[in-house]
Amino acid sequence: MSLAIRRTTELIGAAKWFLRRDSRVLSTLPEKVEEPPAELTSKRYRRRFFQNEAILETRHAYPEFLPDPNPNWRNSLREKLERADMLERRSQIDIPEFYVGSVLAVTISDPHAQSKTNRFVGICIERKGCGLRAEFTLRNVVDHQGLEVRYDLYDPTIQSIQVLRLEKRLDDKLFYLRDALPEYSTFSFDMDPEILPEGTPIPVNPVQVKLKPRPWLERWERQELKGVSNIEEHLKEKDRVRRELRKTPWEKYDLMKQYRKTIPIEDQSKIWAEVHNQLQQLQMARKKSARKRTFTTPKTQLG
Amino acid sequence: MFKAIVNKLNPLQLSCSFHTTACLNEVRLLTRLRVVDNSEIGKRAMSEGKPPRVICVYNKQRVGYIGDRVLVAIKGQKKKGILVGLKQTQKVKVPKFDSNNVVLIDDNGTPLGNRIHVPIPTILRTILKERTHAKGADYTKLLAIATKFV
Repeated sequence: MSLAIRRTTELIGAAKWFLRRDSRVLSTLPEKVEEPPAELTSKRYRRRFFQNEAILETRHAYPEFLPDPNPNWRNSLREKLERADMLERRSQIDIPEFYVGSVLAVTISDPHAQSKTNRFVGICIERKGCGLRAEFTLRNVVDHQGLEVRYDLYDPTIQSIQVLRLEKRLDDKLFYLRDALPEYSTFSFDMDPEILPEGTPIPVNPVQVKLKPRPWLERWERQELKGVSNIEEHLKEKDRVRRELRKTPWEKYDLMKQYRKTIPIEDQSKIWAEVHNQLQQLQMARKKSARKRTFTTPKTQLG
Repeated sequence: MFKAIVNKLNPLQLSCSFHTTACLNEVRLLTRLRVVDNSEIGKRAMSEGKPPRVICVYNKQRVGYIGDRVLVAIKGQKKKGILVGLKQTQKVKVPKFDSNNVVLIDDNGTPLGNRIHVPIPTILRTILKERTHAKGADYTKLLAIATKFV
């Protein structure tokens, strides 16, 4: 009898233990034993999230990899082939990361020049186009004469692109430099490259330019420019009234317009997943070679 | 269509009598140019604030492109010149200038001045060599007085 009772109590205890185990497993509350796997998964998620973020960050550095959002001009096969060609070109020549407002030096092989090469230094005032048709415009003032040169980014005649000063400006396009005082777009051709320490975010130059008096090339007052300081000085009452009439404050709420202007994030992540690895490898190789170059031993001079 | 609707709705305020597209900045008849060499007549015309005007462009299109020969009216005289820099949008790798520049030459292609004080596009070297024929006018003398090429 006593034996039977003991057995039943044992059974009940075992059942209770099992039940408790089961309930613990089923419960949403985290158990001490199960913490490490949960942490791991969250870490994995976090890593994936950060990786995704890093991949999406490259859209600022390499905007030409994204296709034109106009659906009439989309062709997935052409885009893919173009991306492959762009990577091929990037493996041949170092095309650095630069933004509108950066100062660049571009050397091209020029059959017209006497030395067969031509170097131009200037501030990047515009980047446009996508794929192999990507181009940028440099502006400089040489001998009091404003000059602009447009280059294709993937032009095979380009020998080198060097970033002399890596920075951004307050606006997306700097066409107002054409109407600004010449000192804002004057850069000497023997400028030394300024090296940013690794890992720093791209600095934004908050300089505000002064415009020359009218007539201007465009109606700058209607474009809501941040990089111009003295625009109000040159305006008449008539211009202010017309600016008010021409304002389109509803456009920032126009979701369809925004959608048509941009590539959706799903498409973007596909593209970046395709090219991100190779871009990273190219960057690493470039860094390695740059480091090697800095540590080369100086040549011993004979005699 | 949209414009038509807008005009119907509001004919007074939004009439499209003006054009809002960017201008082409072409060099054609009666365009004012900037003389960039140091010839006496050119310097005087520029300092007086009476820059020369185009009265003929010697090509079929009658629109001056880079390296084209033009006839200008300057200080009451007719002089020939060569366009060495244009405001118009140029091809890739060809510089676009902030002003329409001209260098005055005589009938043989010899420049009137002896120094050009602004940069000259390198493509002009090829263009002017092509335009120069033996026994004709020699335009390449202009390249010799240039101070800087871009």
